[in-house]
Amino acid sequence: MEHFINLMVRAIFLENLALAYFLGMCSYLACSKKMETAFGLGLAVVFVQTLTVPLNNVLMRSLLDEGALAWLGPAFADIDLRFLSFILFIAVIAAAVQIVEMTIDRFMPALYNSLGVFLPLIAVNCVILGGSLFMQERDYTVTESVVFGFGSGFGFALAIVALAAIREKLSYSDVPEGLKGLGITFIVVGLMSMAFMVFSGIQL
Amino acid sequence: MSTVIGTGGPAPIAFGPKERAILTDPLVANNPITVQMLGVCSALAITTGVDNALVMSVGVILVAMVASLAVSLIRDRTPTAIRIIVQLAIIASLVTVFDQVLKATFYEISLELSVFVGLIITNCMVLGRAEGFAMQNPPYPAVLDALGNALGYALILIIVAASRELLGAGKLLGYQVLPLTTDGGWFEPNGLMLLPPSALFVIGLLIWAMRTWWPELVEKD
Repeated sequence: MEHFINLMVRAIFLENLALAYFLGMCSYLACSKKMETAFGLGLAVVFVQTLTVPLNNVLMRSLLDEGALAWLGPAFADIDLRFLSFILFIAVIAAAVQIVEMTIDRFMPALYNSLGVFLPLIAVNCVILGGSLFMQERDYTVTESVVFGFGSGFGFALAIVALAAIREKLSYSDVPEGLKGLGITFIVVGLMSMAFMVFSGIQL
Repeated sequence: MSTVIGTGGPAPIAFGPKERAILTDPLVANNPITVQMLGVCSALAITTGVDNALVMSVGVILVAMVASLAVSLIRDRTPTAIRIIVQLAIIASLVTVFDQVLKATFYEISLELSVFVGLIITNCMVLGRAEGFAMQNPPYPAVLDALGNALGYALILIIVAASRELLGAGKLLGYQVLPLTTDGGWFEPNGLMLLPPSALFVIGLLIWAMRTWWPELVEKD
């Protein structure tokens, strides 16, 4: 249990996908102008990330790993298909996003309307693919990947909501011409990223 | 810039003012990173050294060009409803090839880039040009557009990486350029430049400089 709490804290704070690895920066910068959109995108990322990371993990272990295809017959026992993982991951993500979108539309129309255009866009968000690739690189077990998927999604949501809050306040301040908009946002994210570095070294 | 590889296509291969504009526009005036805000993630994460930035740029240039060519060639046969998945499949296959070649030839660099080679798939610059330009245009301009955007991307990547490596370690491409104080020189390296946040500061300042130089780039709102 301690191990999982530790993994969760690492995924949310230490290895925050947005502020330590700069994944999903495009939507992070583009969708953080208003609090509501940031919240909606954050929610969608948590949702999809918690679904796709474990799913990719299970599929990778049962289809791509060396010896995973042994159930097809002895001739397939030593096939290693790990080099196909990029294509598998992106296909799973695109399909999962599509299914999640249709399910939410059917059963939770209120949530669907609040997420709006962000749900389909998540298929090309690097946070989602990055989560699966880190899962592969660090060789997480299925349970670990559930924890990591949720934690990394939550970390991204936390970071984007925090940035949206700062940017809403920022519109009242006197920023030099030319640095307005994108420029100052980069600097703010840099400062936030420095602040998140304080968490490094925390071990539960 | 003058060595543009012509690719087969029905249109006559020419390099007139229109083609020049497609190629050079994204370098500064419509730069993918600082103006269109595409493909920012990898620009931030892998720019600790010039060698990483060069490898990443080569990967993105190759993948973007071939992906735009392929997407443009099949643009009339692709059903609109599944075009994103088709484009992603093309890009993912190309990135897989690049990743395997990189692992076979420059294994150390591939370890350092870790997941970021795979993330070329979701680099919005590649997909953005495939979806936004190659889907509507014949192969030759599509390849030029991809090359121009990828070069604009590479330009920013290398500027950021060079400034970070130079100020953070006094090196360029691994060679000591500025003598460090620890070795009896005069240059005191700024350790912050090697840490992730500095990439954001460098790009932020770069955008500020560009917008001061070309005021028409300032956002309207």
